[in-house]
Amino acid sequence: MSFDIFLQYLLNGLMLGVIYAIVAVGFTLYFGVLDVIKFSHGDILMVGAFAGLTTYIGIAGTFESPWLQLLVLVLVSLSIAAFLGAIIARYLILPLQKAPPINTLLVTLMLGLALRELVRLFYPNGSNPKPFPRLLPSDGIAIGEFILRSDSLILLATGVITILAVQRLITKSKVGLAIRAVAQDSETARIMGINFRQIVLITFMLGSALAALAGLMNGLYYNEVNFSMGLLLGVIGFSAAVVGGLGNFYGAIVGGFLFAALQTVGAVLLPAILPSVPSAYKDVFAFAVIIIIMGLKPTGLISEKSSERV
Amino acid sequence: MKLLISTFIVCLIYCILLLGAENQLEVGALVAIAFVASVVGKKTGFMDRLAVAVSHRPGFPATASVIGVLVMMVVFHNSHFALLMLATVLIYSIVCLGLNIQFGYVGIVNFAGAAFFGIGSYTAAVLATHTAVPHLLVLLIAATISALIGSILIYPVLRTRGHYAALVTIAFGILFRNFLEVNDTLGGPQGLKIPPLTIFGWNLSNGLEVGGVELSFYIPYLVIALVLLIATFRITRNLERSWIGLSMDMVRTDEIAASTFGVNIAYWKIVAFTLGNFVAGLAGALYGMMTAYVAPNNFTFADSLILVSIVILGGIGNPWGIIPAAAIVVILPEKLQFIQEYRFLLYAIVVILILLFRPDGLLPRRVRQYFPAGKAGGKE
Repeated sequence: MSFDIFLQYLLNGLMLGVIYAIVAVGFTLYFGVLDVIKFSHGDILMVGAFAGLTTYIGIAGTFESPWLQLLVLVLVSLSIAAFLGAIIARYLILPLQKAPPINTLLVTLMLGLALRELVRLFYPNGSNPKPFPRLLPSDGIAIGEFILRSDSLILLATGVITILAVQRLITKSKVGLAIRAVAQDSETARIMGINFRQIVLITFMLGSALAALAGLMNGLYYNEVNFSMGLLLGVIGFSAAVVGGLGNFYGAIVGGFLFAALQTVGAVLLPAILPSVPSAYKDVFAFAVIIIIMGLKPTGLISEKSSERV
Repeated sequence: MKLLISTFIVCLIYCILLLGAENQLEVGALVAIAFVASVVGKKTGFMDRLAVAVSHRPGFPATASVIGVLVMMVVFHNSHFALLMLATVLIYSIVCLGLNIQFGYVGIVNFAGAAFFGIGSYTAAVLATHTAVPHLLVLLIAATISALIGSILIYPVLRTRGHYAALVTIAFGILFRNFLEVNDTLGGPQGLKIPPLTIFGWNLSNGLEVGGVELSFYIPYLVIALVLLIATFRITRNLERSWIGLSMDMVRTDEIAASTFGVNIAYWKIVAFTLGNFVAGLAGALYGMMTAYVAPNNFTFADSLILVSIVILGGIGNPWGIIPAAAIVVILPEKLQFIQEYRFLLYAIVVILILLFRPDGLLPRRVRQYFPAGKAGGKE
């Protein structure tokens, strides 16, 4: 394999890894504070992407500058997702806090299905893939045959900065302290004067906004969004979070990049080793490895620690 | 007894009307009637009286259901669509009984139900096209293969718990669908054709004539589905009533307590998981042969969710709840055309509401009753 193709795969893998890691961090946040899995996470991501697309269609005539368009689009999309996240937490997750965990899992799975169907049925022409606008500059630096495009670079940098910012927020800020306190022991946290409900809502808003960001990044990178994108991304994000170790922030990031690496390796190596197996099997390979990892390390690579969740 | 028989007759007439109804208004009115009747029945205490009557004659619902299906079969003897739906309800009930053993008894949630159903269909397609294996045997082989492929998952399923276990089955379901989509030998996204079921040289899809009356070719499939359903139902029910069911319940409710009492957790989980997948594969093979066609799009994650939601809608762990739940889930969208497009949305909303407000389902599972009422203390 020539060097420039290798670079192409590397960049692609890193892009995927960042997006997956952001999605997985959302799962980890929810699991950290409330020990629940919000499976509609992937569909919130999709709703975020569609909200961004709709906003773009609405404002494309008003603003000329693509940067300004992008700014409005990100703000609207993230706020809609955050709002949706808060509603879900308030009306679906908190009332079910005492129910068996499988009920929460099912409710949110079904909610994801409902969101997916709502977009498919009621968004104009929602059942077909929609082109996502190219808002980022696409000029690039050539390295041999490989062209490092600036939009990929910007997306990659945004992803890394977002992850770092969330990490700072959780470890250094006051809100982060409250989130960690609730994650560790919600009873004691409540006694110490932390507004439990508010912290839960904030966490869900934060996680959902992250999902929307991942959705926008995905849209900007592939220049296409479609109603079912959330399902696969959600499952991958969940796998990443679980493989990394649920509730563990760094585990989620490791899991995200691991899954991206598996997909990339699957796409490159499978046809190279077994010529009869096309690279389309990359997802099959990735999920098979995930199942194997779950068998070997049943609680994830960095296993859950009760003392430090988020 | 009078109460039971009259209720049965009313229900039967209702089912026949619903299956036979052609225009949307009729169907809508019938659904509304059922809803009102159930609310009124609850308020006036009729349901409780019915429950008491059933507990005096525990065998009645089973016999009545079988008779009901047979009567409907005679009424709709040449209407393909009604029979197809009826057979689909029975087949879905079989799959969900299998899932019920996994989910309701030992507590393994299988989010890959549609995948095991699909394995059955695909095995039947391949075997029936390329080999000369007798078709009734194909059903059994398909079921066995489904159970065998399921056993790949046993190790991770046993080692993991809760969300981690859910991931294993979700990942498998998606893996399976992806595999089918990209695998050209299995038809890729277009899927495969399945030759019709042939028993002792008799091609079931040719239709048949008895005494000058032409019968739909779905009738033989319906009869096979009914026989399989009765068998599965009996197994599930007897499993529940036996010490096996007791051990399984214990595994589900408290693994640690179960193991201190010497219950082999891994063993029962393996038994339940394998049995459930076997049943799902069996139903899948029959369904594939009936519809003569399989494609990866029929075995998506959403379909697995529908199967799980039937189990929940019926009342987790209660085999009796599954059949009405399957009927609602299968027939309603087919009958109400305007629902057809919105059915996934509707299922999703209904399941969310059930889990929020009635987490036990339509017919909640009762506390074990080893002796039917009246017999426990000798004669009445």
